[in-house]
Amino acid sequence: MAKLNIVSAINQALDQEMARNNRMIILGEDVGLEGGVFRVTDGLQAKYGAQRVMDTPLAESGIVGTAIGLAAGGMLPVAEIQFEGFLHVAMDQICNQLARMRTRSRGRLGLGVVIRVPWGGGIHAPELHSDSPETMLVHTPGLTIVQPSNPSDAKGLMLSALRLGEPVIFCEPKRIYRAVRGEVSEEDYTVPIGKAHVAREGKDLTIVAWGAMMREALAAAEELQAKDVSAEVIDLRTLSPMDSETIIESVRKTGRLLITHEAPRTLGLGAEIAARVAEEALSSLRAPIERVTGFDTVMPLSQLEEHYLPDRRRILAGCEKILSF
Amino acid sequence: MYFGRFDPSKGESLQILDPQGRIVKGFEPGLPDARIRELYERLCLMRQADRAAMNLQREGRLGTYAPVYGQEACQASSAFLESSDWMVPSYRESGALFMRGVPLSSIYRYWMGDERGMSFAEGTCVFPIQIVVGAQPLHAVGLAWAMKLQAEKAAAVAYFGDGASSEGAVHEAMNFAGVFQTPTVFICQNNQFAISLPRRQQTAAATIAQRASSYGFPGLLVDGNDLLAVAAAMQEALTDAREGRGPRLIEMLTYRFGPHTTSDDPTKYRTDAELEAHKPLDPLLRLRAYLQSKKLWNDTDEARIMEKGLAEADEAIHQAEAMAPAPVTDIFAYTYRRQPPYLKRQQEDFLAFSASKSGGESHG
Repeated sequence: MAKLNIVSAINQALDQEMARNNRMIILGEDVGLEGGVFRVTDGLQAKYGAQRVMDTPLAESGIVGTAIGLAAGGMLPVAEIQFEGFLHVAMDQICNQLARMRTRSRGRLGLGVVIRVPWGGGIHAPELHSDSPETMLVHTPGLTIVQPSNPSDAKGLMLSALRLGEPVIFCEPKRIYRAVRGEVSEEDYTVPIGKAHVAREGKDLTIVAWGAMMREALAAAEELQAKDVSAEVIDLRTLSPMDSETIIESVRKTGRLLITHEAPRTLGLGAEIAARVAEEALSSLRAPIERVTGFDTVMPLSQLEEHYLPDRRRILAGCEKILSF
Repeated sequence: MYFGRFDPSKGESLQILDPQGRIVKGFEPGLPDARIRELYERLCLMRQADRAAMNLQREGRLGTYAPVYGQEACQASSAFLESSDWMVPSYRESGALFMRGVPLSSIYRYWMGDERGMSFAEGTCVFPIQIVVGAQPLHAVGLAWAMKLQAEKAAAVAYFGDGASSEGAVHEAMNFAGVFQTPTVFICQNNQFAISLPRRQQTAAATIAQRASSYGFPGLLVDGNDLLAVAAAMQEALTDAREGRGPRLIEMLTYRFGPHTTSDDPTKYRTDAELEAHKPLDPLLRLRAYLQSKKLWNDTDEARIMEKGLAEADEAIHQAEAMAPAPVTDIFAYTYRRQPPYLKRQQEDFLAFSASKSGGESHG
């Protein structure tokens, strides 16, 4: 098996599905000739032609809005929105149109559309290139939101997303695009959507993370192990529809829960996870639920972003807090 | 060929039938007499059905409704689509949906708050009504693009109004259509008001049709109260699109006789005198005058078709009201293809609550 980074793993998934499904097309800003600003679609236009990998005018609403029509017309459009901060420009098309079309048409227009979006902070980029606005999407019924944390999952989740037949927002953690490498099978395989993954088993506390925060969570768990604390780490993988069963099952075992995410705390996904655990497993909890998250502020520019983004040390501090409760 | 012959930026527009019902010198009707007569009958039915919807709303039997009164000739543009052409409507398209073959009872049901009204048979090339102003032309561009990529000879038609022409998404739609030369026909029904805002405050441009040239494709301004002009423009635009000659924009200049919706009071923003001044331009009047001048129509025909319109509307209302309400489980049925476990729980909890509260009375 080859060792790939996340960029190459997603590229391989797109490539393999394009070869398999001639209805699949890619559209977005600079995705063709340039191969995307992060090179995720590198080489695909050369291989499949400009009729299947299409550079569009610079208009996010236009990209998503036409993808809706393309899907209804029989294609499988894979759209790229260059940075998550630009997603808001397309919010009407995503939340009011794409997410509702299945209901509006009474199931007739269930649209297989995948929107890929580089996600989150940590790359020293300008403003609005480092946010984590997943709550806005998760709060919209009808959307499926996925975020991988490693190359193998990135490929398998992408192949699942492409075959789901429903609108998927595929959040790509740009901080670890190239920083995390791992074995990726050349084979055609899928990672199920809607299923969280227990990335590390443990018995003393549960840490829930996704995307780039998984690296920090696993590093924290490793350090805890040295102190004889066994942390279970759950990679959420699908943010919506969320697999709370796996989390609840884990909390029943460990009795302690820490959730970490880059997004602001208020109404971040941690809030929903905490609510579900409180509803289902209150009596299992031996300590208050801890959230280690971004602050309820605007995401700072690069000079201060490392202080904003939760890291291994803040996760460890949070773990100590609930362990000593 | 009318596109290119009339320059909208100079205020030139296509009119084939003048307000007195006479063919304008140098033009041909463009449709056989029998077809014109049939279309006129359909316009009469449309008017009666539209009026019936307004009355139903006043009686509390139908929700908010956006009437098409005055815009019947524009709405008839959908009659020229082939079954493989896509129609992508806004909310003021009851007449166009009717002309496209959507049953009146379905249209009424939708406005009665029954989502099943927008449930069309598989293979019906009609998008459901879309409410956000100006969002749907992008969908039509995507559909047209898909047809082009699959080498299908079909077009997608986007319906929107003068208000929508100010929306960014409409600009993006026309720009994409121009860049990718998609077989899209943009129909802007300029009924001269966006709720209360008159067209002159919507844009400083002389016409909406002239914008097409800035996107690199032809636009045409037509008299939207002239069915023959609408028909000619529509047939040409659809043929051009299907034959791979790219998108077309038709601005149909008309006038909304009714309110924006049943919730609106137009006396706040326009005078009775203005409305009355437009009444002689009624699209039905001139078509009727034309048919009568050719001895293809008489007062008996008129009375008969208006009677028939009432009867058909009544029958459709009866059908719509006779339908049992949708089961409450419908709320949960369509959001996802596969219901997530927590949503299934929400449904089960609610059904259990309903059953306990109503002493076992079923909502299901």
